[in-house]
Amino acid sequence: MEKQEFTITLYTENSVGLIGRISGIFSRRKINIESLNTSPSEVEGIHRFTIVIHESEEVVRKLCRQLEKQIDILKAYFNTDDEIVWQEQALYKVPANVVTEKVYVERLLRQYGASTVVIRQDYIVFETAGHREEIDRLTEELNKYGLIEFVRGARIAIIKDSAGIHEKVLEFEKKEPSHEIVENEYLDQQDNVFTM
Amino acid sequence: MNNTLSKIENEEAKLPEAIEISGSKAVLEALLQENVTTIFGYPGGAIMPIYDALYDYSEKLKHILVRHEQGAIHAAQGFARTSGKTGVVFATSGPGATNLVTGLADAMIDSNPIVCITGQVFASLLGTDAFQETDVINITTPVTKWNYQVTDATEIPEAIAKAFHIASTGRPGPVLIDITKNAQLQLFDYKGYQKCSHIRSYRPEPEIRNEYIEKAAELINQAKKPFVLFGQGVILGKAEEEFKTFIEKVNLPAAATVMGLSALPTHHKLHVGMLGMHGNYAPNVMTNECDVLIAVGMRFDDRVTGRLDKYAKQAKVIHLDIDPAEIDKNVKTTVPVWGNCKKTLPLLTALLKNNDHSEWVEKFRELEKEEIKEVIQDELNPTTEVMTMGEVIKVLNELTQGDAIITTDVGQHQMVACRYAHFNSSQSSVTSGGLGTMGFGLPAAIGAWYGAPEKTVVAIIGDGGFQMTLQELGTIMQFGAKVKIMILNNEFLGMVRQWQQLFHDRRYSFVNITSPDFVAVAKGYYIDGQKISEREDLKTALETMLNHDDAYLLEVMVGKENNVFPMVAQGTSVSEIRLK
Ligand SMILES: Cc1ncc(C[n+]2csc(CCOP(=O)(O)OP(=O)(O)O)c2C)c(N)n1
Repeated sequence: MEKQEFTITLYTENSVGLIGRISGIFSRRKINIESLNTSPSEVEGIHRFTIVIHESEEVVRKLCRQLEKQIDILKAYFNTDDEIVWQEQALYKVPANVVTEKVYVERLLRQYGASTVVIRQDYIVFETAGHREEIDRLTEELNKYGLIEFVRGARIAIIKDSAGIHEKVLEFEKKEPSHEIVENEYLDQQDNVFTM
Repeated sequence: MNNTLSKIENEEAKLPEAIEISGSKAVLEALLQENVTTIFGYPGGAIMPIYDALYDYSEKLKHILVRHEQGAIHAAQGFARTSGKTGVVFATSGPGATNLVTGLADAMIDSNPIVCITGQVFASLLGTDAFQETDVINITTPVTKWNYQVTDATEIPEAIAKAFHIASTGRPGPVLIDITKNAQLQLFDYKGYQKCSHIRSYRPEPEIRNEYIEKAAELINQAKKPFVLFGQGVILGKAEEEFKTFIEKVNLPAAATVMGLSALPTHHKLHVGMLGMHGNYAPNVMTNECDVLIAVGMRFDDRVTGRLDKYAKQAKVIHLDIDPAEIDKNVKTTVPVWGNCKKTLPLLTALLKNNDHSEWVEKFRELEKEEIKEVIQDELNPTTEVMTMGEVIKVLNELTQGDAIITTDVGQHQMVACRYAHFNSSQSSVTSGGLGTMGFGLPAAIGAWYGAPEKTVVAIIGDGGFQMTLQELGTIMQFGAKVKIMILNNEFLGMVRQWQQLFHDRRYSFVNITSPDFVAVAKGYYIDGQKISEREDLKTALETMLNHDDAYLLEVMVGKENNVFPMVAQGTSVSEIRLK
């Protein structure tokens, strides 16, 4: 099966050491993680991992089953690029003079919707967000003008066709209510937490 | 000791007022609430508070002091496998904890419910390379179903409750709780113990889907040559009766994996043998002839499947498993039946039409005759002067009538024991299947005896593997575990030698192992024993061993260069199984 880019979305408990467990599942199979982001999700206490890998669908499917099997992982989804809305953020540090002097650079930044983060006499830092190719293209262009430093953030993605995790969690809880009050906290705040 | 403490009932877990107790005491209270009776362990500085508390609990909690932490965890595995309960292990930090790693890996791959509690250095010292500090959580992550480090005593009841729930439900596995010394010493308001029955992010059993049950039944109803493979899932699900009813309804021939042995009595009329590399001829060959392959609670290990691209390509595959990650992992499934087979099998049985597959079962029996003629006859009734491992097992069968629990180590003797030992009842075969851990057999036998003390426990061990954990003779000596140890001595690391003979041109590189006087060693531990090398002594020697009141060691000298056949050589297909 052909390899392609997949975005894995994990909903997890916010527990110490989980990242080691997750990364172990990839490294054990010699699968390289292209990008990894972790952040809170729409449900309090539940975290969201977004992981990008380049693999065949079969491998990704098996991988997600292994991931979902982990005690602290509630749900693992995998999607191709057209099934998600995704963004990556980038910062560029460019010599101040090329922006002030070179009209082309200014146009370029405008075209990519870059915004200024820091202005100093010697350099300017821009920020932009977009798909990898867009960021790559801008980087390539700015490289010609003495790009000093560049960094790209991990991918974040929203699955187009999903209702989020909260409904699933509620469903689980309805079937088998948890004894652990701590974990049920959000249920009392249903209106606050789950109105999206 | 505060005697009221252990009496707290689960249902009314809350005391009128909280009592101040130490983290260590909370650990032991938790174990009592989980109905733990036996702990296998080894103390050390970082777990001393727990051992100190144990001093007051010794009437309720039996602690078996092993001679090496690896022995503790293998014993706990043996205990779990024969009792169906969760095995419990104590070890100290650093070297104590790292000595558990092999056993954790073994328990993980063989799905044994184990809870390990390790001591850890003071929380304030974590990450400082303190004396006997190791990063136990990271080391054990890949070999545990779940692990957790406790740094505050208030977390102890909940962590242990979770540990037992996780270890014993769904697909069982080992869990490790690492408790820092300050947490063990810390006093806190103990509000009682509540067992855990639910964790938000953990679904131990997948939902059963009727449409798949129906599809599976349809496939079986249409099948001309259906064939069942069963694994340890049947035992773990306590589904032996449901399984028997299922195969008996329409006469389905069934073959066991090494881990599935004893789930169905050896002499059941539909039991057609063992699968895999050293399994029986018929089930291996017929795997590639059946039209519907029904796998129940087994995971298509490569030792079972041989070459995957030539494995049962002609068959539609129905896979019943509690672990969704096993479906399609190795063998593509036509119909997955997720769930505990104790629940799914009856649903499936109900939908089976009354077909009769006796003729098809007869085909297995025909191939079996071929195997008997080519291999089994000579192995069990040798005409050579030297004894074979097979004939030893045969005499053992005659004397125990299939009622003993048999634990094995790893190697040729293991495969011979698995092939020839008779099992009447479930949970009576204890072997290291997935990891193939030498050194497993002796400590596992100790645990098996504590798990089923009313049974005769016979450990069948090679001369090599015995020397990996023979210090556990000390545990037997001190605690009086009445295990029968049978060393099958071929003066070689036999299984490796067999491969060298067959695949490396007889270049016997470092497989020649010399042994001490095992009987004298046993005697040093005040364990009786004898060594025999003549066939005429075999039966009496085995009788002496079995009738002996205490533990006993019998060393049997067997053929040096005997091989285990049949064999599916690595990289070949199961139907290319060689008889010699
Ligand atoms: C801990 C460990 N080390 C190495 C091996 C590799 N190994 C598998 S079988 C075997 C030989 C076992 O020899 P012995 O215990 O004498 O049993 P025999 O095969 O002769 O019955 C070896 C070395 C293993 N399985 N486990």
